[in-house]
Amino acid sequence: MSSTNASTLRRRTDRFGYVFVAPAAVCFLAFLAIPILYALYVSVRREQVVGLGLGEGGRHQEWAGLRNYAQVLADPEFLGSAGRVLLYGLVLVPVMLGLALLFALLLDSKRARLRRIARITIFLPYAVPAVISSLLWGFLYLPGTSPFHFVADALGGSLPDVLSPQLVLLAIANIGIWGGTGFNMVVLYTSLRSVPGELYEAATLDGCSELQIALRVKVPMILPSLIMTCVFSIIATLQVFAEPMLLRPLTSSISTTWSPLMLIYKDAFTENDIYSASAGSVLVALATFVISFGFLRLVRGQAFAQEER
Amino acid sequence: MPSAPPRRPGRQLSRRTVLAAGAALAGTAGLASCGTSSGSDVIRLTFWTWAPGIEDVVALWNAQNPDVQVDVSRQDAGDAAVTKLLTAVRAGNGAPDLVQAEYQAITSLVSANAVADISADLAPSTAGHFAEGIWSSVQLQGDSVYAIPQDTGPLQFYYRADIFEQHGLGVPTTWDEYAETARALHSADPSLYLGTFSSTDPGLFMGLAQQAGASWWQIAGDRWKVDVDSEPARRVAEFWGGLVEEGVIARDPMYTPQWNAALNNGTQAGWVSAAWAPGVLAGNAGSTAGSWRMATLPQWEAGETATGNWGGSTTAVTVGSPHRAQAVRFAEWMNTSADGVRALVEKSGVFPADQAGAAEALSAPPEFFADQPDFYELSTSNAEGVRPLTFGPNVNVAYSIFNDAFGTATQRSTAAAFVDALATIQAGTVADLENQGYDLA
Repeated sequence: MSSTNASTLRRRTDRFGYVFVAPAAVCFLAFLAIPILYALYVSVRREQVVGLGLGEGGRHQEWAGLRNYAQVLADPEFLGSAGRVLLYGLVLVPVMLGLALLFALLLDSKRARLRRIARITIFLPYAVPAVISSLLWGFLYLPGTSPFHFVADALGGSLPDVLSPQLVLLAIANIGIWGGTGFNMVVLYTSLRSVPGELYEAATLDGCSELQIALRVKVPMILPSLIMTCVFSIIATLQVFAEPMLLRPLTSSISTTWSPLMLIYKDAFTENDIYSASAGSVLVALATFVISFGFLRLVRGQAFAQEER
Repeated sequence: MPSAPPRRPGRQLSRRTVLAAGAALAGTAGLASCGTSSGSDVIRLTFWTWAPGIEDVVALWNAQNPDVQVDVSRQDAGDAAVTKLLTAVRAGNGAPDLVQAEYQAITSLVSANAVADISADLAPSTAGHFAEGIWSSVQLQGDSVYAIPQDTGPLQFYYRADIFEQHGLGVPTTWDEYAETARALHSADPSLYLGTFSSTDPGLFMGLAQQAGASWWQIAGDRWKVDVDSEPARRVAEFWGGLVEEGVIARDPMYTPQWNAALNNGTQAGWVSAAWAPGVLAGNAGSTAGSWRMATLPQWEAGETATGNWGGSTTAVTVGSPHRAQAVRFAEWMNTSADGVRALVEKSGVFPADQAGAAEALSAPPEFFADQPDFYELSTSNAEGVRPLTFGPNVNVAYSIFNDAFGTATQRSTAAAFVDALATIQAGTVADLENQGYDLA
């Protein structure tokens, strides 16, 4: 008797399990899986025009195979945007994570004062939406409105125009660094706080200086967090969009295809070509997977060997 | 109801009364079936638009036409509205009956089968209300008409009268004189510029090329022809590229905080812009009210009166609308009737495309140009000089290449680079059409 009851109960809990999973599953299907499948489908279609292409029957949809992919990959604009983003990432990721690590270590050091205020101040830019921060920095960059240029002029000097083609990449990266450092600092700082205090005591007894503790104990201990923030930063880099998109109207140095996502946006919404845009999106998603998993594979040995030891 | 709705001058029904009447009749089906009133047959049209104050214009129509009621649905301006409309059309629902569409968007919208050929429903007199150059922008494929012009932006020359006087400069009437004036002004005070070449405003360049006689797209038989890199356009590119190369005009984009600052502090002492400029100047450089004057656009040959268009909108009817005839009636009323056009000028502040109907409405100058009483009179005569132009099916593509090609040219700052940019746009525009399957002439 009791065993039947138990199995009914188990069956019922099993059934309840599906009920609990259902909302997440429905959302996943409706807003992630189906759109991705649809994008894959659209990326192998194209629209062709008949005659002047005006009015009803002016165009029809047809099978395109991998033509859209070949076109995107052969497009010098796409390759150019990929190159720019690579360069952007090489500037952004090391500088942002370097600053985040430095701030986290400083806050964690015994001599830190006003810890809470400093932490919030460094974190605050992350709370400013990228749209707002890009507009703010745009004002600061434009020589005609920038207080920096005003002061430099008043002192008889002059500042370089950071929106010039040579420097504009740094100007965009600066907005990303300004906005992203705080978030990464908090992640690293939290991870530092969970390092057991005995380790520091032992290191101090062994004669380590504060700096040596930071480099030899703290950094290796939070390596997994560093790697995680690094992967997130790489993904964010590949998706850079808001900053160059909003600075673009202010200068002729940023093209409409500056980053891969801007190119996809242009295809989809300016040129109304959702077919190429879908192919481009699939390629960017693939690149994101390959680069982030490749990076994880590359560093896995060091990161997790540390944990296992 | 194919004929024009009857007007009842003595007793105008408010929209609310009509709605209440309609609801009452619907509620009591027995009464409605008696056929004493057609209140339950009220046709409702949805109108996507972004023109300021347009609700007041539409309210006037609704009061006069109880059986065809128009509901305004406010949209974001320009490209955003086009994107949204194309998405709605593709989705198969949610599209309105009427849309505000800019001239350069019409061919794209027709090409996507979003707006309808309304030539069969047009009143015979409608075409006569508009200048030929404007009407040619809404008429494609022979006699097919896809929209009714609402407002236009004939290019004209705006300048700071006070700064011109201070430096003893005359108003340029030819482009040669414009160049001379730009040099004189900049050498008198190196911080001053007569204008800027903005690589982010393809519409302005298009208007200047239109003045010189260019039409970037043409229809040859049943095929499109792309003619971006034409002699007139090269002339315009070389002219502005030359001024940028000399450094006598600025090369920063318009509509930036920096440009606003330059308009306010007078370092931008002139602006080649359209008839709608007073609104922009009032909004972006309010402190300079009364200092600006407007003149006819400088000409390539002395004595000509040619100009081009920058911006301006039309009213189009969507393909899916079940009430095409009524929608056309409304669009005609708003854009060609005396009441409609006056309301457009007074409530919405546009420079109407129907200049004949606008004469009375345009008798006083805009507030920002209070010291120039003939402002609208001059604008009207300028508008008569708009040269014919056909927009092709991929204006969006050409404009986006323009941004990048002229962005690069502006950075290089040579006249040769400006001319090269046209070749880039030509190649990109042709490649895009061919890729879409167009057979080009």
